[in-house]
Amino acid sequence: MKNILSFDYIVPGDDFTRAGEASSDVKHKLKQIGYDPDAIRRVAIAMYEGEINMVIHAGGGQVHVEINPEKVDMVLADQGPGIKDIALAMREGYSTAPDNVRALGFGAGMGLSNMKKCTDTMKIDTEVGKGTTLHMTVFIKR
Amino acid sequence: MNQFFHSVTLDKDKCMGCTNCIKRCPTEAIRVRNGKAKIISERCIDCGECIRVCPHHAKKAKYDTLDILQNFKYKIALPAPTLYGQFNNLDDIDIVLTGLKHIGFDDVFEVSRSAELVSEVTRKLLQEGKLKKPVISSACPAVVRLIRVRFPDLCSHVLQLNSPMETAARIAKREAAKKTGLPISEIGAFFITPCPAKVTSIKMPISCKKSEVDGAIAISEIFAKLAAAMEDQKEVEQLSQSGIIGVGWASSGGESTALLSDKYLAADGIENVIRVLEELEDEKIRELDFIELNACSGGCVGGVLCVENAYVAKARLQRLRRYLPVSQNHIDGKIPSGMAWRKNLLFAPVLKLSDDMNEALRMMAEIDKISEELPGLDCGSCGAPTCRALAEDIVRGFAKRNQCIFVMREEIKNVADALSSMGTFLPRNDKEKKEQ
Repeated sequence: MKNILSFDYIVPGDDFTRAGEASSDVKHKLKQIGYDPDAIRRVAIAMYEGEINMVIHAGGGQVHVEINPEKVDMVLADQGPGIKDIALAMREGYSTAPDNVRALGFGAGMGLSNMKKCTDTMKIDTEVGKGTTLHMTVFIKR
Repeated sequence: MNQFFHSVTLDKDKCMGCTNCIKRCPTEAIRVRNGKAKIISERCIDCGECIRVCPHHAKKAKYDTLDILQNFKYKIALPAPTLYGQFNNLDDIDIVLTGLKHIGFDDVFEVSRSAELVSEVTRKLLQEGKLKKPVISSACPAVVRLIRVRFPDLCSHVLQLNSPMETAARIAKREAAKKTGLPISEIGAFFITPCPAKVTSIKMPISCKKSEVDGAIAISEIFAKLAAAMEDQKEVEQLSQSGIIGVGWASSGGESTALLSDKYLAADGIENVIRVLEELEDEKIRELDFIELNACSGGCVGGVLCVENAYVAKARLQRLRRYLPVSQNHIDGKIPSGMAWRKNLLFAPVLKLSDDMNEALRMMAEIDKISEELPGLDCGSCGAPTCRALAEDIVRGFAKRNQCIFVMREEIKNVADALSSMGTFLPRNDKEKKEQ
């Protein structure tokens, strides 16, 4: 039988300074489990970008992570404004982040494309006005 | 030699079993067991934090004394530039170097000289663009060991160049062999060290099989003797051959400013170092060429084997450096082959739960479960630094749940309740029997 480990996190939407805590926790756990360093790096970056997006655009959300010896599945769900044009949002440099967030060095329009690069599969379910759910998978061996 | 030599060790008689050291260890390498601290050898990076915080002076560093000089015919002192910052009203580095020759050394070779060579080579390598950026300095051995046990993905970013100390020993011994005609084996080079991590890096190097340095003597060990030898010198020999760049390596930021570029970051103090490494790992730090990290606050001047306050020493060094040339040591053209590491930095997964990942996942689930049941106060009374660390120890089989005093209190209460209910229990009387 394969052991599957799962974790759930709530990403608070009102506190920017706490964004990234969930991905940091998952990173530490993967290291202890003895996961492949490159896979850990990719999970940490993809999840971090996702968390930041939730805080900037959607007022927070929920993250569900499942780890098994072959892969890490991440589901990031929010109840934010949704993405109008996915193709446009995926384009490097395209951003709808407000100026105050850009002043902190975020909102460069690299988030989604970076997540795509780091993961092996990525699926975006979004509905304008309802929210966005992102499914990402990182395999231990690419 | 033992598989794990560590400079940082415990004096059992002085240890009171308090929780100061376990809470400060950056790799969670200390537990209190049976009333005494115990260092988990594989995890210790010899940073010396526990030496700094122990109120009972039970944590100490092993290093060599001047007695070791007897084993060699020709003895060379390799003073760290930090040494110069220990003395009040010093206006000439040569007084310190001459003093070293009065306490038993035949010659001195300043580590700041080879630091200038390392700086020049680093500049050259960065220009050639052959390194994986950002490059992480390898000068602080505690930082290198920290990366090795905690940051697998950053191992390839560590600058694989020998430290100024190692380079100094190599050059000094060869120069001495030429000068004296003695074989290298009869020439000893001894680092005058500000910290235990350097001692460990000599006895158990990770960049090569065997260090060229033959011993490490603590600054605090020779301070009094050296200070006396610096009084009333009839003649001060002209020995110093280093510049602003080399002497600058003693404090945080010195190694980076020597790269003559502004794309660097310099962090000091082990907690700050960890924060920077975490962000580097997540690729949050971009557009930088060089990352200088020092485990001690202030840089090497903050080492636990120094006698002077780090910031006072730093201020003195600024004064000493003022009228020196920028740099007095240069490589001629190509990079000397002896300066590169002999071994690659390999990740040492000492924190890993199990070699079998399926088993590791099971253990992690168990740790999460136990950890939730513990009070979460991280009080340290159980001997582990945090409740989570106790949960890990339980799952690894090194500790029991009732080492937690709160769990134990609950267990005692349950036993007491059971006893008390037995005490009030009366045997049924005859009347009751009849009614039944």
